[in-house]
Amino acid sequence: VKVAVLKGGRSLERGVSLRSGARVEDALERLGHAVLPIDVGPDLVKRLVAEQPDVAFVAMHGVGGEDGTVQELLEILGVPFTGPGAAACARCMDKVQAKDAIELAGLETPGGLKTPDWFAFNQTAFREFGAGDALGRLEETLGFPLVVKPSSGGSSLGVKFARSPAEVPQALVSAFSYDDRVLLESFVDGRELAVSILGDEPLPVVEAILLQGDRYDFEARYEIGRTRFACPAELSAEEERAVTEAALGTYRALGCTGFARVDLILGEDGPWLLEANAIPGLTDTSLLPQAAEAAGLSFEQLVERILDLALEPAAA
Amino acid sequence: MAEVPEPTHRRRAHTSGRDLERYAGLFAERTGVMRSSAMRDLMAITARPEVISLAGGLPDTSTFPPQSFAAQMTRIAQESAAKALQYGPTEGFEETKDCILEVMGAEGMLPDHDDVIVTTGGQQAIDLVCKTLLDPGDVVICEAPTYPGAIPTLCSYQADVVQVECDEDGMKVELLEDLLADLRAEGRRVKFIYSVPSFQNPAGVTMSLQRRRQLVELARAQELLVVEDNPYGLLRYGGEPMPPLYQLDGGDFVIYLGTFSKILSPGIRLGWAVAPPPVMEKIVLGKQAADLCTSTLTQYFVREYFAERRWQHYVSDLIEIYRARRDTMLEALRTYFPAEATWTEPEGGLFIWATLPDYIDTSDLLAKALRADVAFVPGQAAYVDGRGSHSMRLNFSGVDEDEIREGVRRIGKVIAEQVDLYGTLTGEQRLPEPEQDSTPNVVPFRKAGEAG
Repeated sequence: VKVAVLKGGRSLERGVSLRSGARVEDALERLGHAVLPIDVGPDLVKRLVAEQPDVAFVAMHGVGGEDGTVQELLEILGVPFTGPGAAACARCMDKVQAKDAIELAGLETPGGLKTPDWFAFNQTAFREFGAGDALGRLEETLGFPLVVKPSSGGSSLGVKFARSPAEVPQALVSAFSYDDRVLLESFVDGRELAVSILGDEPLPVVEAILLQGDRYDFEARYEIGRTRFACPAELSAEEERAVTEAALGTYRALGCTGFARVDLILGEDGPWLLEANAIPGLTDTSLLPQAAEAAGLSFEQLVERILDLALEPAAA
Repeated sequence: MAEVPEPTHRRRAHTSGRDLERYAGLFAERTGVMRSSAMRDLMAITARPEVISLAGGLPDTSTFPPQSFAAQMTRIAQESAAKALQYGPTEGFEETKDCILEVMGAEGMLPDHDDVIVTTGGQQAIDLVCKTLLDPGDVVICEAPTYPGAIPTLCSYQADVVQVECDEDGMKVELLEDLLADLRAEGRRVKFIYSVPSFQNPAGVTMSLQRRRQLVELARAQELLVVEDNPYGLLRYGGEPMPPLYQLDGGDFVIYLGTFSKILSPGIRLGWAVAPPPVMEKIVLGKQAADLCTSTLTQYFVREYFAERRWQHYVSDLIEIYRARRDTMLEALRTYFPAEATWTEPEGGLFIWATLPDYIDTSDLLAKALRADVAFVPGQAAYVDGRGSHSMRLNFSGVDEDEIREGVRRIGKVIAEQVDLYGTLTGEQRLPEPEQDSTPNVVPFRKAGEAG
C-alpha cells in the first residue's frame, strides 16, 4: 500500500508532529508499505495529486492538521486518511461544538460524565467589546484557581493557572500568544487520566502521575523524569467502567472514527471531561502507543490497525 | 574477505514508552536535570527558512575569503598531510599555542606556553574546568543572566548554581562578599565564580574596571577561582578596551577561557584554557579522558591562517560589519519597541538583552513571534531558577541589516499587541507609542531582577 505520511506543517506543535511522523514512517516501512513522507506546505495538494497515494496517514498536531483543515482537503481529493474525519476533528478542537455534541447525546448525568464550567473568548471580545469588564462576573462563576488556555492547543503550551483575579490578565495575554481564542475554565482537582480509543475499542487507561513540581506546573507533565505514566492505571472496576464509558461516549458523540484520545480528570464525584484529541501524539513518549502496548499491540500493529481502519472503515 | 550479511538499518525512533522506562532506570542521577521540552519544541520551529532568527549566536562566516581557505588547506595537504591526519599531543601543538598567545597578547596578556591547553571549542574548556573542580552539590556562582550554554554543562556536573545580579557594569561584585559568607554559613562549598566579563552573553554588558579589580582581589583573599570566559573581548565597537581579569590577577586565581570561534570560525571547534600549573595538570588528564586531543587538522588550519599575518585585519573587518549591525538593531529597537521596554547597549560582542513589562512572558511571546516568522531566545534560558521570563536575547551578528530591522519590527509589533491587550484587560491607560526620535531607555534588567 502506498502511504503518504503527512507531518510537520506550520503549527506550534511541528516538533512533536515531525517525531510522530518519523516513527510512523519507520513502522510503515517495516510493515512493507511504500512510504511517501510529506512535510505539509503549500505544495500539499499538488503532491497528493501527482503521487496518488492509496491512503494518507495524518501525523499532524494542532492548528491545520488536527482541526479538520487537512482532513477537509483529503475528503475533497478522495484520499482515504487515518483518524477522525473533518467534522469530528473540528468538534474536538472547538470546545463549544464539543459541549453541544455532548449535551445533545445526553452524556452528562449525575453519576456519569461532567464537564467543567468554562467560557471562551476571542481577542475581538476583549479588544473591541470590552469583555474585560465581564471578567469579574465570570471569575465569580468559575472560582479560583482557574485555568486559562489557548482554545486549540493540544499540549501544555500557553496553559496557565490563575490563583487570584490579579493573575488573570497576564494569563490571558500568555494564552492569546498561541491562539486568537482562549478558554477560562474552572479547575477540577483529581487524577489525570487519558483514554485512547482505537476503532471503537477503548485501550487501557493511562494515568499521569506528577513526581516533581506542583500540580499547577503544566510543563512538568510533558517531561521525562518529572511525570510518570502508569498504564494500565490503578482503578477500581467501578472507576474504570465510569471512565471508559465517559471516554467512549465522548468519542462517539463527537463523531470520531479511527482513533482519538480523551483526557479526563477523575474527581471524587466521577470523571470530568478535559478534552478530546483527534490526533494524539505518536512519539515514543506519547500516551496512545503506551496504551496500545499495554493492550498487547506493538507500535507496528497499532499503525497497521489504524491504517486498516482508514482503508476499510466498514469492515473494521 | 568473508561475506558480511547486508546490515539492516537500526532506526532510532524504535523505542516505546516501556523501553524509555527501562532505560530510565539506568540513567545517571545527573541526567535528571532536563530543560523545558516545550521551549525546545518552539526553538525547533526557528529553523524554518522563512523565519528571521535573532535567536542564534552565530558569527558571520560568509566574509571569510574562500580562496584563502582553499590555499591554506592545499598547503596543509601538500606539506603536512601525514601529520595533519595523525593524533596530536593532548595539550595541543606548540604552534597552535603560539597563535593563542598572539590573540591573548592583543588584549594585553602573555601566559606561559605550559599553562595553555588547546580544547575542542570554548565549550569543552568549560566542561573540563567543571570536570576538574566540581563535586556534586558544589556551588558555582554565575551572572544573572548567564551564558545559556553553560547551564547544561554546570547541571551535568550537578553544580549548585547561584546567580548574582548584573547591571550595566556587569556582575554586582559588591554583593559577592556577603553572598559568600551566607553560603559558607549554610555549609555550601563555593568552587568558582564563572563570568563573561566583556560583552556578556546574553546581556551584552561589560564589567567595569573597578569591579574587575574587586573581583580578582576577592578571589585572591578568599582563595577562590574565577573562570573568565572571554570569547568576544576583541570584538569591541566602541569605548575603551578593558583589561581581562587574567591580566589583573596575573593568573593565580583566574582560569582563562578563549576561543577562535568568534574571531575566525566556530566550525573548526578550537578553543583553549589557561590555568595555574596544578589545575592545568588535572585539566590535561580530563582532556585525555574526554577525547585524547583536539583535531590536529583544524590546528594545522589555524597555524596556516595565522602565518598569513592577516587575522587582525579579518577581525577588523568583522568589527566593522558587527558595529553597523548593532547600530541598526539599536535604532530598530528605538523605533519599534514600546516605551516600556528597556535594553542594553553593548560596546561589543554579539547580543542585546531586552526587558519587557512584567506581564509579558517572553516564552509565550515567542510562540506569537514565530507566527510572525521571527525568533529570539526567551530570557528564562539564561537562568536556572525560572527568572528572566520578561527578557529576551537578541543576536545581531548572524543576520544582515535589513533582516535585523525587519525582525525587530515584527517582534515590536507582537509586543505592541500584547501591551495593548493587557491595557484593555486591566483598563489601564495605554502608554503612548514611542516617538521615532525618542532617546533610548537603556536601563537594563533591573526590573527583571527585582521581580524575580
